[in-house]
Amino acid sequence: MAEIHIGSESEFADRDRKVIVEGDLEIGVFFIDGEFYAYENRCAHQGGPVCQGRILNRVEEVLADDKTSSGMRWSDSDIHIVCPWHGYEFNIKTGRHPGDKNARMRPFDVKIKDGEVYVIV
Amino acid sequence: MDSGVEKGGDNVLEPISIDTDTRDILAHARSEADKKNFDDMLIVDIDAHHNERLSWDTIIQYIDDPVIRHTATEYQNLRPGSQTFGLNVDSGMRYQDVGGRIPHQSARREIIESSGEPNDVVLARRAYESMGIDYTVIFPTPMLFLGIHPQVEMEVALGRAYNRWLCDEILSADDKLKAMLFLPFNDPKASLEFVREFAGKKGVIGFMVTSTRYRKVHHNDYMPLYAELQERGLPLSFHASSNWGDRTMSQFDRFISMHAISFVLCNIVHMTNWVLSGLPERFPNLDVIWIESGLAWIPFLMQRLDNEYMMRSSEAPLLKRRPGDYIREMYFSCQPMELGYPKAVECTFDMINAETQLLFASDWPHWDFDTPSVIYDLPFLSEQAKRNILGLNAKRLFKL
Repeated sequence: MAEIHIGSESEFADRDRKVIVEGDLEIGVFFIDGEFYAYENRCAHQGGPVCQGRILNRVEEVLADDKTSSGMRWSDSDIHIVCPWHGYEFNIKTGRHPGDKNARMRPFDVKIKDGEVYVIV
Repeated sequence: MDSGVEKGGDNVLEPISIDTDTRDILAHARSEADKKNFDDMLIVDIDAHHNERLSWDTIIQYIDDPVIRHTATEYQNLRPGSQTFGLNVDSGMRYQDVGGRIPHQSARREIIESSGEPNDVVLARRAYESMGIDYTVIFPTPMLFLGIHPQVEMEVALGRAYNRWLCDEILSADDKLKAMLFLPFNDPKASLEFVREFAGKKGVIGFMVTSTRYRKVHHNDYMPLYAELQERGLPLSFHASSNWGDRTMSQFDRFISMHAISFVLCNIVHMTNWVLSGLPERFPNLDVIWIESGLAWIPFLMQRLDNEYMMRSSEAPLLKRRPGDYIREMYFSCQPMELGYPKAVECTFDMINAETQLLFASDWPHWDFDTPSVIYDLPFLSEQAKRNILGLNAKRLFKL
């Protein structure tokens, strides 16, 4: 077990991310809704640099009670990271693909100590 | 470290955008290539793309017809920012990049230092070196739609200009770049002329029909073309594409639906005509390649055609074997690999004789590209089978 220093807590605004290289390991750290999340920068699909992709809210389809569709909208709560190689999307809080819970990013624990952010590997 | 704390914050990777260098986008492919020693094995990518729009001002100067060339030049000069002259692609509906989620599909605006080499060569080299690829077979992009151009003469004029430009300025500049040249298939006589003009030029390893079109591939008019290709020992490929304007495809209102079916349907139609009209019996030594439809459609079509053939063989009298027996003697590019059902993938490889008939293709820089690892990582393949599919099958087929 080792702790990797990522940076200061104050560096991160909401929806910020930082992707660092530590030896052979690349780790993306995200700050979403006041919490830090960390994942390996390697997509579960083909190994693409998933943490370097775009951060976008999940797209939802709006259904009325009678099951008719009235189009799409952005989710208010689910925030995704999108792998730039092929578009695989993962919920940043759960690390999982919205349509396949077995497709997930490799998570790491994050520790905050004296205002500094560390990832435990 | 003694403290157990390692300082990782200095080496930071930036978000990937349309400005990111290809080598940075594909850095993980490079590291996989190193781990798997791809540089020590022959890897041939039989389907990668460049965007000929970026060189269109140059390409149109290769148009033979002086009137079309004049019109093209004026169009390009006087209407900057408009659609590229003569190309009929529905570019306002090319949603491949999923709303900007896949930047290398959106645009490639990376810095290319001025070296005198064409940008297409520089970009292709950055990609093939990143993936550990030895030879890349390069295809155009918007020209794949010329098969549904309402002006047949434009398919001929632009196709010939593109082929001449590609031979003169791209294939001549890099020994690792090869091409199956564009055929104006809606004009059978011109297609035959193309083979006679371009066969034997540096880097030309076959010819390509864009599959999005409505001509029957078994029409009698094409027999001289197939005979010429067979005589010269040059493969003929059918490169799939999409056509949202097709009446069947217009039932789809989402790009995912149209793309998933359109890229397969065009090759299903041509393959069905090819086999049931007995073309494999008429031209037994003509190698045929089916490109960019993935693989899942092939077992479907083999089963479907075999089943009906056994009941209706009188309607396909040239066949001496079941349709599937001919199909498994053809060649296929693997991309995009549908990997969601591992048992089905293994069955597919067995049904199509993948060890001798399957060809690796990346389709880079498109949104559903594959790296060589999609083949190398398959657990059921022998080491020899991997090497065959990644490069040795192509080496044999194209005499590389």
